[in-house]
Amino acid sequence: MTHAETWRHRTPRAALALWAGWLGLVALFVWCWNLMTERTMWVFVHDAPNAAADLIGRALPPRWSYLERLWQPLIDTINIATLGTLLGIVLAVPLAFLAASNTTPSRLIARPVALFLIVASRSINSLIWALLLVSILGPGLLAGILAIGFRSVGFIGKLLYEAIEETDITQIEAVTATGASPLQVLNYGIVPQVLPTFYGISVFRWDINIRESAILGLVGAGGIGAQLQASLNVLAWPQVTLIILVILATVVVSEWVSARVRHAIV
Amino acid sequence: MAHSQVWPDTWSRPPRMIRSRPWRIILAAGAILYLILAIGSVDVNWTRVSEGWERGARFIGGFLQPDFTSRWRDISTGLVESLTMTLTSTVVGVLISVPIGLGAARNLAPRWLYAICRGIIAASRALQEIIVAIFFVALFGFGAFAGFLTLSFATIGFIAKLLAEDIEDMDPAQAEAIRATGASWWQVVNYAVQPQVMPRLLGLSLYRLDINFRESAVIGIVGAGGIGATLNTALNRYEYGSAGAILLIIIAIVMIAEYASGHLRRMLK
Repeated sequence: MTHAETWRHRTPRAALALWAGWLGLVALFVWCWNLMTERTMWVFVHDAPNAAADLIGRALPPRWSYLERLWQPLIDTINIATLGTLLGIVLAVPLAFLAASNTTPSRLIARPVALFLIVASRSINSLIWALLLVSILGPGLLAGILAIGFRSVGFIGKLLYEAIEETDITQIEAVTATGASPLQVLNYGIVPQVLPTFYGISVFRWDINIRESAILGLVGAGGIGAQLQASLNVLAWPQVTLIILVILATVVVSEWVSARVRHAIV
Repeated sequence: MAHSQVWPDTWSRPPRMIRSRPWRIILAAGAILYLILAIGSVDVNWTRVSEGWERGARFIGGFLQPDFTSRWRDISTGLVESLTMTLTSTVVGVLISVPIGLGAARNLAPRWLYAICRGIIAASRALQEIIVAIFFVALFGFGAFAGFLTLSFATIGFIAKLLAEDIEDMDPAQAEAIRATGASWWQVVNYAVQPQVMPRLLGLSLYRLDINFRESAVIGIVGAGGIGATLNTALNRYEYGSAGAILLIIIAIVMIAEYASGHLRRMLK
C-alpha cells in the first residue's frame, strides 16, 4: 500500500470542485463587469483625479457662516426620526404579536399577512418610501415621518416577533396556571420578558433613523437633506461640505446616545 | 392565640424602568411636551394632501395592476445594471476588506497598522451610501460605475469591521499551535486564522450581497445607475403602473435573495 507523500487538506475531487467554483465566480465577475461598464464613459473616469482635486479645491474650506441656517433643518431631521420611530413602534407592536407563532390569533390568515407586511416594509428602503410619499402627499416633513415610520415597521416588527417567539414558556405557563385571561398572560407573562429587547430595538432603530432622515430631504421629504439638495443644485460645494460635517456630527452623537441607552437598559 | 395577620389581596406591578416617582412624572411631562412641540412643527398643506389621495389611489391601483410591458426596456436595463453592480461591488469590496480586516484585528496587527485600518473602517461606516454616491457621481459621471464604487466603499466598512471582530474572537490556541511549528506570519494567517474565519466571511459576503442589491435600488436616485434611476424616472412621470412593477420586482428579488442567502449560510455552518 502506498501512502500519499504529503498531507493534503482536501481530497483531489473536493479541491477540483472548489477550484471550479472559484473559476465560475471569476468568470461571472468578468461577465458582469463587462455588462456593467458597457455604457461607462471612460473619459470621465480617467479625468477623475483632476476632478477630485478640483472638487476638493472648491469644497474647502466649509462655509461656516451657513451654520446658522442649518439649526432649524437639523431640528426637523431629529423630529422626523423621533416621530417616525414612534409611528413605526405603534404600527409594529401589534404586527409583531400577530406574527409571532406563539401569540398569533390565527396561523392561517393573520400570521402570513403580518409576515408579508413586515417583509414588504423591510424590502423598501426609506428613501424609496419617501419618494413615493412625496409624490403622493407633496414635499414636507409629513412625507418624511411616514417614510421613516413605514420602513421602521419591518425592522422593529421582525426583531420583536423573534423576541416574542423566544420567550421562556415556563413563565407563561405559571401565569396561565393562576387562571389569568389571555390578555393578562400577555401583560404579565410575555411583555416583561420582551420589554428590555423592545427598548433596545427601539433605540437602535432611532439611531438608524437619524442617519436615514438626514438624507430624506434629497427627494423632498424635509430636514437637513433638503438643504443638501438645494446646495448641490447650485453647486455650492463649501455649503455641501458643511452640511456633511453637520450630518456626520449628528450621526456620531446619536450613535453614542443609543449605545449608552442600550448599555443602560440591556 | 389566633394570629390576625392581614395579607394584601391586591398586587400592583412595581415600575420597571424608573423607580423614583418624581422622575417618572418629569420624564412623562417632558415627553408629552416634546410630542406637542414636534407635532406642532409639522405643518401640513391639507389641500395638497387631499389632492394627493387621488394620486395615492392611482398608485395603489398601479401596484395592484403593475405595468411590466410598456417600460420593459428601461426596467430591464436598470435591473441588469443593479444586479451586475451588486455582484462586482461585493466581490471587489470583499477582496479589499480582507487585508483591511486583518490589519484591524488587534491580535494580528501592530498598533500603527491597527489605527490606520480602524480609521478606514470608521470613515466607510460613518458616511451614508447616498452621500458617497453624490460625490462619486460628481467625480466619475452618471451611471453604474459610480454606483459600483459607492457600494464597494460601503462594503469595505461592513465586512472589514465584522471580519476583524471575528479574528479577534478566534481561538488563540490554534494560532499558537501553528506558531509553535515555526510558521511565519503568512503561514499563521493561512493555516490558523483563515480556516476559523472562512465560514463566517462567506456568510457575511452573502449577507452583504443582499444588502448591496437593496442599496443599489436607492443610489440610482442621485444618478448612480441601476433600478433606482428607473424608479425615480417612473415616479417623476407619474407612471404608477411602471413604478408598481419596479417595486414588485425589487421586493421579489430581495425576498429571493434573503431566502437564498439564509439557506446558503445555514449550509456553510
